[in-house]
Amino acid sequence: MSNLIEIQNLKQYFPAGGSILKPQYVKAVDDVSFAIKRGETLGLVGESGCGKTTVGRTILRLYEPTAGKIIYDGKDITNVDMLPYRRKMQIVFQDPYASLDPRMTVVDIVGEAIDLHKLASSKAERKEKVINMLQRVGLNSEHANRYPHEFSGGQRQRIGIARALATEPEFIVCDEPVSALDVSIQAQIVNMFEELQEEMGLTYLFIAHDLSVVKHISKRIGVMYLGKIVELADSYELIFNSAHPYTKSLISAIPIVDPVEARTRKRIVLKGDVPSPVNPPSGCRFRTRCPYATDLCAEQEPEFREISSGHYVACHHTERVN
Amino acid sequence: MSKVLLDMKNVRVSFFTPAGEVKAVNDISFQLKEGDVLGIVGESGSGKSVTAYSIMGLLATGGRVVGGTIDFNGHRINEMTEKELRKIRGNEVSIIFQDPMTSLNPVYTIGNQICEVIIQHTDKTRKEAMERAEELLSLVGINEPKKRLKQYPHELSGGMRQRVMIAIALACEPKLLIADEPTTALDVTIQAQILELMNDLKEKIGMSIIMITHDLGVVASMCQKIVVMYAGKIVEYGSVDDIFYNPQHEYTKGLLRSIPKLDDKEHKKLVPIEGSPVDMLNPPAGCPFAPRCESCMKICLREMPEYTAISDDHYSACWLLQKKEFEGGSGKNE
Repeated sequence: MSNLIEIQNLKQYFPAGGSILKPQYVKAVDDVSFAIKRGETLGLVGESGCGKTTVGRTILRLYEPTAGKIIYDGKDITNVDMLPYRRKMQIVFQDPYASLDPRMTVVDIVGEAIDLHKLASSKAERKEKVINMLQRVGLNSEHANRYPHEFSGGQRQRIGIARALATEPEFIVCDEPVSALDVSIQAQIVNMFEELQEEMGLTYLFIAHDLSVVKHISKRIGVMYLGKIVELADSYELIFNSAHPYTKSLISAIPIVDPVEARTRKRIVLKGDVPSPVNPPSGCRFRTRCPYATDLCAEQEPEFREISSGHYVACHHTERVN
Repeated sequence: MSKVLLDMKNVRVSFFTPAGEVKAVNDISFQLKEGDVLGIVGESGSGKSVTAYSIMGLLATGGRVVGGTIDFNGHRINEMTEKELRKIRGNEVSIIFQDPMTSLNPVYTIGNQICEVIIQHTDKTRKEAMERAEELLSLVGINEPKKRLKQYPHELSGGMRQRVMIAIALACEPKLLIADEPTTALDVTIQAQILELMNDLKEKIGMSIIMITHDLGVVASMCQKIVVMYAGKIVEYGSVDDIFYNPQHEYTKGLLRSIPKLDDKEHKKLVPIEGSPVDMLNPPAGCPFAPRCESCMKICLREMPEYTAISDDHYSACWLLQKKEFEGGSGKNE
């Protein structure tokens, strides 16, 4: 299978004050590379502020990258006019309450993209397309003329997904699409993402902080910490054979939905907080919270290396950790 | 047998809105014993926070306890005046809110905010209160407490602010700590820190905790007893093991089925609960879960079932259980 999306050494710095002579930057994404195959789902996890959302938005060029390359279907799109690509690359946002215009009806919210890309030749065709999309996401034609406030959170997220699907995209960035929803509704939306992928051959970048959901939906998972990917592997490999101490602590921090196991399990509780991305620690960025850190970690940044087929990790002490 | 600390009996809380009465909490009863940790789970709008606020006498404008009794540590909360309530709030019972970013006052220093509680409830001087505040900060695991006392909330991270909130809540060594989604706004690694801290402090101070959350994982690792709420009603009550290994209500079962498990070795399709949450302005006539329930029967739409006791300490409100009991009962008679 060929790569649909590839990013190479992507960097995204945001100005954060400082003086003219010595400007400071938040290094939100710092030298990140990965590829997503056509039809695949790549999950991206990490704590708030690790840069996972920024990666998603930069791929869509909602932010202009500071450095690096974005390649879509073999073409470098880092500096091109995005309009033709917007049709193929869409996004579903986290907050279904904030991401829909309260003054627009559902038919206009979903239809806006159809108008913009001139995908319908008549009004009737536009309406038909919108209703078709609504049905695909489990809503119906009665919902078309209503306003967002008339819907529950789960239904709104369905509208957001219908809007993303309206242009018949190939690639969708799902930016925490289920974290604002109740547990019982989450499962509905996750299943829908899977069904749509099967039907339409979609490729997803699935961003979330909930590792259980990401593992469920993704084929491979990348773990980010302070703007860098620290580990990337097949989902099951990552969960059951994790090599990076951060991934291990992340997994052990997730409360298990099983009382007996929860009582007996040994947790790795990390000390302290995530350092500031303006002045990240030298060498390995995780070293300030890492139980295995040595002097080497402060001096040298670990290389992102392949430890087994398709399993990459950036740590000096992988052997010792395991 | 430890003493009952909190006794809620047939409590009903309503909000009177321009669109009509919303029965946010509809006839709930449960008890909490000294030293226990009770989890209240349910989706947004199920009335779990309202339950907590009613114990604190903190209902928002328009909200009122319209029936039942709330007895806490010898006080009848729902008959107390604001002035009386103030004496026990922060003293015998305190609360930690969900969002540590907005629940601290941005214009006062951390030290000031902790001292406020201490001075209010004890006859300590300001200087003594500051010393106590410093102790509290180290108790909740904040480094350099002296320096932190002089800082403002915006200088601290989310996890640290939540620790400060806990310090404030613990200032007077309350009998009961209510934690309203205390870790929902935090990252998992920070969540693990906070949960561990709460567990330690519970042992040290010997308080009871009510843990309100929608995260079943948090409940599994923290609580002894669980209340499952749906649309303002308690649909199931039991010990952690009862709820997780022997759930009786269709909603509890559905909830447990719908979460992806991290330790599943293969891809299993999730089984969601279909449908949308209840519109609390127009709740269904019978069991509120009936419209989303797979095993819904005719009677479910008409009438709310009584509780069926599965064991001494485990009960659930579902017609299926009543049916089983009836059939089982008639079997024995023959």
